[in-house]
Amino acid sequence: MAETNAAQSSWTDERVEKLLGTLLLTGVIVSGLVVLVGGVLYLAKYGRDPLHYENFDPQRASLHSIIEVGKYAARGDGRAIIQIGLLLLIATPVMRVIFSMIAFALEKDRLYVALTVIVLVILLLSLFGKVT
Amino acid sequence: MITSTFVPLVFVGSFVAGLLGSLTGLGGGVVIVPLLVLVFHVNVKYAIGASLVSVIATSSGAAAAYVREGYSNIRMGMFLEIATTLGALVGAFLATRLPAGIIGVVFGAVLIVSAALSLQRVDPLDTGAPPDRLATLLKLNSDYPTLEGRLEYHVRHIPAGFAMMFGAGTLSGLLGTGSGAFKVLAMDQIMRVPFKVSTTTSNFMIGVTAAAGVGIYLRRGFVDPGLAMPVMLGVLAGSIVGARLLLRMRTAWLRLAFAVVIAALGVEMIYGGITGRF
Repeated sequence: MAETNAAQSSWTDERVEKLLGTLLLTGVIVSGLVVLVGGVLYLAKYGRDPLHYENFDPQRASLHSIIEVGKYAARGDGRAIIQIGLLLLIATPVMRVIFSMIAFALEKDRLYVALTVIVLVILLLSLFGKVT
Repeated sequence: MITSTFVPLVFVGSFVAGLLGSLTGLGGGVVIVPLLVLVFHVNVKYAIGASLVSVIATSSGAAAAYVREGYSNIRMGMFLEIATTLGALVGAFLATRLPAGIIGVVFGAVLIVSAALSLQRVDPLDTGAPPDRLATLLKLNSDYPTLEGRLEYHVRHIPAGFAMMFGAGTLSGLLGTGSGAFKVLAMDQIMRVPFKVSTTTSNFMIGVTAAAGVGIYLRRGFVDPGLAMPVMLGVLAGSIVGARLLLRMRTAWLRLAFAVVIAALGVEMIYGGITGRF
């Protein structure tokens, strides 16, 4: 019984690992391309602007709402398109955790489904929770 | 300097950082922040924001390759990510509260420790002791491919390793780095995992840890798109080229040289932090 379980799960583990690899790679490539497109548009529009990185101003770069970013990105604003690319990049590890959770559930590994849910909750707390 | 000169220069600097980071196995993150702060006079908070974004990109890219080869221990990674992500939340929270000078000093100290750690890497020997009960319960014991076929290993000292991972996560969230050196330390020196497994599993965990920190950074305005763009693209391109070169190069001397550079940057960061330059 234990042996058949191990054989089955090692087969599944291998497939899961391949899929995980593809998922991670796709996420990085897609987000990199979006950031690149945004970067070109950004330079075209803001290339002559002076720099403003010496003093930290929390208002300037904070991402207030995804809807607002989407609106600007649709108008072809480079900064907003870069932000979309960065959000896709951050979504990649989050997707990886969700994918692992599904894979553990398919393997009927309840302990690891629970542990993965904890990681996911911490991630979502960071991304959407209230910061004080 | 205007934006159209700044962006290409930062891209080139980040490319070199990513290249050296991947050739030496230390990751580009450790030199990006000192580069931005000391050379380009970027505020520490913008620098760590851009750096942590680039860390997600490189670790996801590298993890994709390693995961497929079957070295990473996915269960161990997931279990330890509880510690690193919690740590990253605490670290990122501290980063929003602490003055830039203190972050600079901590950064410098961590650079010096990382440089020292990078020079002494010994594969832990399996003592042959019976497996830890906790490791068996958590299904952490596994095997990995070697030239002589798959070799089994046992994971040990779980609570101490977990605590060390929390610390590594905190540093990642506070300093905008992957803290790979500390994750590897926890896994091979404390938990006695083979080197190949600890480095690849660490890489696998870095992306999730960094994402936990970046969530807070994003909303607190640490991630400026105009800065994050050349840093992310530069480090990513550099690490891809580095991974290709790695197959054809001997890197022992490079590792030593890089460790010296990192230690020197560490001293400079501490000095800058104390004298209030940031």
